[in-house]
Amino acid sequence: MATIALNDVKKSYGRTEVIHGVTVDIDDGAFIVIVGPSGCGKSTLLRMVAGLEAITSGTISIGGRVVNDLEPRERDIAMVFQNYALYPHMSVYDNMAYGLKIAKLSKQDIAERVDKAAAMLELKPYLDRKPRALSGGQRQRVAMGRALVRDPAAFLFDEPLSNLDAKLRVQMRLEIKQLQRSVGTTSLYVTHDQVEAMTLADRLIVMNAGVAEQIDTPMNVYNRPATIFVAGFIGSPAMNLLPAVAGRPGKGLQLTDGKMVKPRETHFPDTGREIYLGVRPEHLVPVKDLNADIELKVLAVETLGADTLAHGKIAGPDGLASSLVARMPGNAAVKVGDTLPLAIEPGMAHLFDRESGRRID
Amino acid sequence: MTSSITSRIVAHALLIVGIVIVAFPIYYVFVASTHSLREILTPPLPLIPGTQFLHNYYEAIFGGVQKIGGVSAARLLYNTTVVGLCVAVGKIAISILSAYAIVFFRFPLRMTFFWIIFITLMLPVEVRILPTYKVMVELHLIDTFGGLILPLIASATATLLFRQFFMTIPAELVEAARVDGAGPWRFFFDILLPLSKTNIAALFVILFIYGWTQYLWPLLVTNSNDMNTIIIGLKKMISFADADTQWHLVMVTCILAILPPIVVVVLMQRWFVKGLVESEK
Repeated sequence: MATIALNDVKKSYGRTEVIHGVTVDIDDGAFIVIVGPSGCGKSTLLRMVAGLEAITSGTISIGGRVVNDLEPRERDIAMVFQNYALYPHMSVYDNMAYGLKIAKLSKQDIAERVDKAAAMLELKPYLDRKPRALSGGQRQRVAMGRALVRDPAAFLFDEPLSNLDAKLRVQMRLEIKQLQRSVGTTSLYVTHDQVEAMTLADRLIVMNAGVAEQIDTPMNVYNRPATIFVAGFIGSPAMNLLPAVAGRPGKGLQLTDGKMVKPRETHFPDTGREIYLGVRPEHLVPVKDLNADIELKVLAVETLGADTLAHGKIAGPDGLASSLVARMPGNAAVKVGDTLPLAIEPGMAHLFDRESGRRID
Repeated sequence: MTSSITSRIVAHALLIVGIVIVAFPIYYVFVASTHSLREILTPPLPLIPGTQFLHNYYEAIFGGVQKIGGVSAARLLYNTTVVGLCVAVGKIAISILSAYAIVFFRFPLRMTFFWIIFITLMLPVEVRILPTYKVMVELHLIDTFGGLILPLIASATATLLFRQFFMTIPAELVEAARVDGAGPWRFFFDILLPLSKTNIAALFVILFIYGWTQYLWPLLVTNSNDMNTIIIGLKKMISFADADTQWHLVMVTCILAILPPIVVVVLMQRWFVKGLVESEK
């Protein structure tokens, strides 16, 4: 068990810089999830921690020891891969024992450790099988077992659940979380799935285009997204982002259709500043006409059972409209063509600078 | 029902005809190897085995056949076995290592080396054979096993085959091994070699037969009858005049020459087919 510290870590391929300086301190035993869209550099970052990619500049330390120039095996880490990466010709037992054999542990030690891990992961009946005789979920467990037996300073997970079906993914997600809690090993987990990210993480690193946009707890990331990218990426359906201009003091914000909105408990920026008004679909509530912040002309309705999503548009100049989604209770009687008077829940409006994309408080 | 029975009969008949076409010449050679020289030379040759089986085989294996300079077929078989085995094992060892280097390591001129190996495929044997002969003469390897084997060991084809197979091995597997602490040698012996075993088996069969049936090179590089391979010996036993040729012994030698490759194929058939058909992953 150990802390992990990344200090201004950069990565370039030739002249193209793909990671633009990431700094993060990870506490001993913490579960950190790196989340972001494809190609944002999250896997590269993980592989740099693992030692599978060279670091162009900056330092990475594990347990207080700078590991920049160490081979993966010298870094005391274990990694779980997306495609499991089990050795196809070895039994489950040998797959788990291989790293220990190389580390020259005694036969008895190896047997004890594998036995313990297999018991934790309910793999005991399968120890003699070859990986190809296992289901996807079982293979993933073996991959985790292989990491577990090493008792490393840190676990590194590279999208470990993305090859499993939806139901198994939910189950394995819980298992990973419980497992990590029980062994208390510092973990770094890469995913593009925001549900995985939100449910697993003690802290989230939201990456975009090689930059860590926000590093915070899942709830803080959800409640106070630091940038417009984070606002749009975390949350489903995505946050509504409406271009707006700050009006005269006390007047609120002017939307592109010319109407003014004045969300409650919101601090308005200086007059004339161009911003985005961000509101999550779940924070738009139907109210009486008089109290409405926004009137939504319903263009489409999606009924999901528990929720009903009402889609509409806010007209803009040159025919450019921005779309708006409101999330209603499942039993809400909404149909296409209705006009919904909606209010933004107090304090639930997010304002972002249109130029920098940063949050305005 | 009737139509299916008819079609099965037809199918089997066709297969039987096929087998007869392929197997009859070999059977005929065997029949000839069990008759005396006089019986062979008096047409027609009988279709059933004769009585000289033990006599002919004993004479060929241990007797020292006059035509090949008093060397017995046993000596020829031994020579050929050594050449076949060493060529097959040597080719596999060299090519698997070069493919390993080319696929899994990054070093300067990597692709240049790959292309150099690839280009050797384009040079026909006839172009290379005289320079190779000269090299062997200067290394004093004429009439030695070294001379028979070494020039045949380099193999661009096998290198390419291994390269293609190695490229199908997922990068994650290599990385998992690195994280597990396996260095290049451990990775090679613990992971790559076991995964390649079906390919190795298939190649072994092909290459053993290749080494076994070599003709031109052994002919050039051996002068002494002691170092002949069985194929060369066979050729030397046949002279232009029919009466001069001990056909019964030629036939025995033929049978002896085709037996070992057959044994290798039969023993390794399961692996051989597996290696050609499936790539285990």
